Amino acid sequence: MVHEMGQDEAGTGKSEFQMKRFIAFTLAITVSSWCAAATEDAPLDAVYINLSDTASLQRGARLFVNYCLSCHSASYMRYRRMGEDLGISEELLKEHLLFAGEKPGDLMQATMPANYAKQWFGVVPPDLTLIARVRKPDWIYTYLRSFYLDVGSPSGWNNTLFRNVAMPHVLYQLQGSQRLVSDGAAENGKPVFRLERPGEMTPEEYDESVRDLTNFLVYLGEPVKLNRYLIGVFVMLFLAVLLVLSYTLKKEYWKDVH
Amino acid sequence: MIRVLNWVDERFPVRKMWAEHLAEYYAPKNFNFWYFFGSLAILMLVIQIITGVFLTMHYKPSSEHAFASVEYIMRDVPWGWLVRYAHSTGASAFFVVIYLHMFRALLYGSHRAPRELVWLLGCVMYVLLMAEAFMGYLLPWGNMSYWGAQVIISLFTAIPWIGDALAEWLRGDFVVSDATLNRFFAFHVALIPLVLTLLVIVHILALHSVGSNNPDGIEIKKNKDERGHPKDGIPFHPYYSVKDLVGVVVFLIIFLGIVFFAPEFFGLFLEKDNFQPANILQTPPDIVPLWYFTPFYSILRAVTYPLFGMDAKFWGVVCMGLAIALFFVLPWLDRSPVKSIRYRGWMYKTALTLFVISFVVLGFLGMKNPQKVDLFWFPNLVWAQIFFFVYFAFFLLMPWYTKWDKTKPEPERVNFK
Amino acid sequence: MDDLVDTKRRRFLTQVTATAWAVGGVFTAVPLIRSMTPSARAKAAGAPVAVDISALETGQMLTEEWRGKPVWIIRRSQQMLDELAKLEDVLADPDSERSEQPGYAKNTHRSREPEILVLVGVCTHLGCSPVQNFAIGPASGLGDDWPGGFFCPCHASKFDLAGRVYKNVPAPTNLVVPPYKFLNETVILVGEDDGGVA
Repeated sequence: MVHEMGQDEAGTGKSEFQMKRFIAFTLAITVSSWCAAATEDAPLDAVYINLSDTASLQRGARLFVNYCLSCHSASYMRYRRMGEDLGISEELLKEHLLFAGEKPGDLMQATMPANYAKQWFGVVPPDLTLIARVRKPDWIYTYLRSFYLDVGSPSGWNNTLFRNVAMPHVLYQLQGSQRLVSDGAAENGKPVFRLERPGEMTPEEYDESVRDLTNFLVYLGEPVKLNRYLIGVFVMLFLAVLLVLSYTLKKEYWKDVH
Repeated sequence: MIRVLNWVDERFPVRKMWAEHLAEYYAPKNFNFWYFFGSLAILMLVIQIITGVFLTMHYKPSSEHAFASVEYIMRDVPWGWLVRYAHSTGASAFFVVIYLHMFRALLYGSHRAPRELVWLLGCVMYVLLMAEAFMGYLLPWGNMSYWGAQVIISLFTAIPWIGDALAEWLRGDFVVSDATLNRFFAFHVALIPLVLTLLVIVHILALHSVGSNNPDGIEIKKNKDERGHPKDGIPFHPYYSVKDLVGVVVFLIIFLGIVFFAPEFFGLFLEKDNFQPANILQTPPDIVPLWYFTPFYSILRAVTYPLFGMDAKFWGVVCMGLAIALFFVLPWLDRSPVKSIRYRGWMYKTALTLFVISFVVLGFLGMKNPQKVDLFWFPNLVWAQIFFFVYFAFFLLMPWYTKWDKTKPEPERVNFK
Repeated sequence: MDDLVDTKRRRFLTQVTATAWAVGGVFTAVPLIRSMTPSARAKAAGAPVAVDISALETGQMLTEEWRGKPVWIIRRSQQMLDELAKLEDVLADPDSERSEQPGYAKNTHRSREPEILVLVGVCTHLGCSPVQNFAIGPASGLGDDWPGGFFCPCHASKFDLAGRVYKNVPAPTNLVVPPYKFLNETVILVGEDDGGVA
């Protein structure tokens, strides 16, 4: 996707983007597109996922709680775990991220009851705990930037990546409202938008915020990823020692066999 | 310590068993790489049982709570994620090990006389392992779990007359439901592991009674020294116990490498559709079983023609069943005078190569949409049909090509360095 | 052949390798054993509980649940407190030397504020929950000199109004006082004090 306003940046930054993407891939941080590529052919924008960027995860958490959690739950995740993992103190958690009456040990439940949501949107908004493991991060990143004004749809919004989605553009105050210029037949399959009314953020700031949110959703999908790699490295080192010892022992005993 | 051992030994033959199966079990000294996978299969069974027991402490086998309880294990239970990833990766690793273990038999003729019974027991365990894996896959109650089970159980409806009633009986409901999940849980955690463990013991006892084969495919028991030990044999303990330790560490490096660094294994071990709970109203766009079943799934889908008044679905199920059943009769299809591929002619070597290729390609195609083109020129379905014939030709033509094949004379003694 | 074998080296290598494998075995056991400790859900369910005692009248008791256990909060009268000092001779551990309580509750009345008593209502014998019996003398059915307290129906252990155990009963120690603190004059937080969450 290319914003008309930010076309130059998007063009020049591309190789750097790919480079970053390559690094992310080799670190096995991004979920591989290997399998899903066969089923979803829509062109996606690459997002750089970095789970060691705690500041980004904290900003993402804040966006998530403020904008997503009113309708969507993350009902397998506890606030306290999020606080501990992202370095948010219990006080800050209570002050900024918990709804009234919630405790840090609670699961992250939507404020809106599911039956209301069903009435309003026609569907129950899906639980988002594992969304980044169902969809690719690139998909989420692209999706949240692909809302456009559409008079024909019930919510007044539509999305190029998810046609006739029931969800309205929740982040429009931040992004502003955009119109669809071309469906993307020309621009290497990617749709082109025109920002009609700017929001509180510039397009670059908005993209960065959506990246934070996507980053957070990747964390949310598997909180243990933060230390899984680290533990793995120690396990590998131990096994390497064990291999040397076991192999030496084998060599020693097999001197007998002629 | 010795006194305790003596006390036990007077009441149970510990020393005798130790000698018979380890310290004085003479195994050929020329085992190579392919002989690691037997002990690794035991290791996998142990890993799966131990991790499984600890998962069972937290998992809830009900359609309402199953999915959430798996996420509970992944997040709330201390180290639960590691136990779960070890178990889910373990399922795939178990099949890798078993397939290589079976391939070893085809290479060196381990399935042939006098070891037919060892092979038959192995085949039964293989089928049980498939049942174990299939039922275990339903337990997370993800959307792929659900629809996979739905599709596989529906295969039984292809059986004439009784099919529908049979499928209903298996599910305990009109669709896959809470009742199905609960009984799969019972089979997965109790019955099948128990039978598998017992069969492993019988498999080893049967093997130790006839003696191990080796890469030269000759019987080491024919050449014994004055003490009655095979000249080409060495005691399993300590020689193969220390050697297998090395195999175990190398295997663990790969296995735990996946557990810690890529437990989803690019969507092959944990599929993305399985990260959303079972949804009766929404079938995933591509329902595919996990990779270890896909060769057979390909064979199932490759049959598209009705025959003798029965529809294609029926024949697909028959062929899939046959593709597995043919392994059982393998010892009797092979007419070659030699066992090891080292002394066989070009025909068997070609046939085995083609068979491995067909198994891998069918496995690959089983994960793909049959209508699309993922290889060259033809749609996946056509390729699957081509390799369908290659697969069956390996078995069905075996009595002839193994008889006509020009073999080399077997050596008297094994080759060792 | 065999005479060339360096048995010393062999034995050493065997020992070192066996030790390394044993260490690996311990590494494997730790996550499995840890997985059986209370999960985040159990901990969340066992979080500190805030209890409003504004409606609790003198001489009354209320029961709250904390970590799945009953917690009693009793507002004692001056008369009840006066009785406590007289009981030393009949109690097994009057000064709470062998019993479990936070430092601020290791006194005769076993509490922060003398009149407000907070106790875990689980008998220290075998885990039954004792019943309150605040009646005095014959009316209690526990003897003419019963000053009011708690009686465990399982094995007849007796405790006074500070949760202190009587002599010659099966329970070995006084009832446990949980960590608690006053959030304000009428709200008690059970399960957490200035030393942190229990």
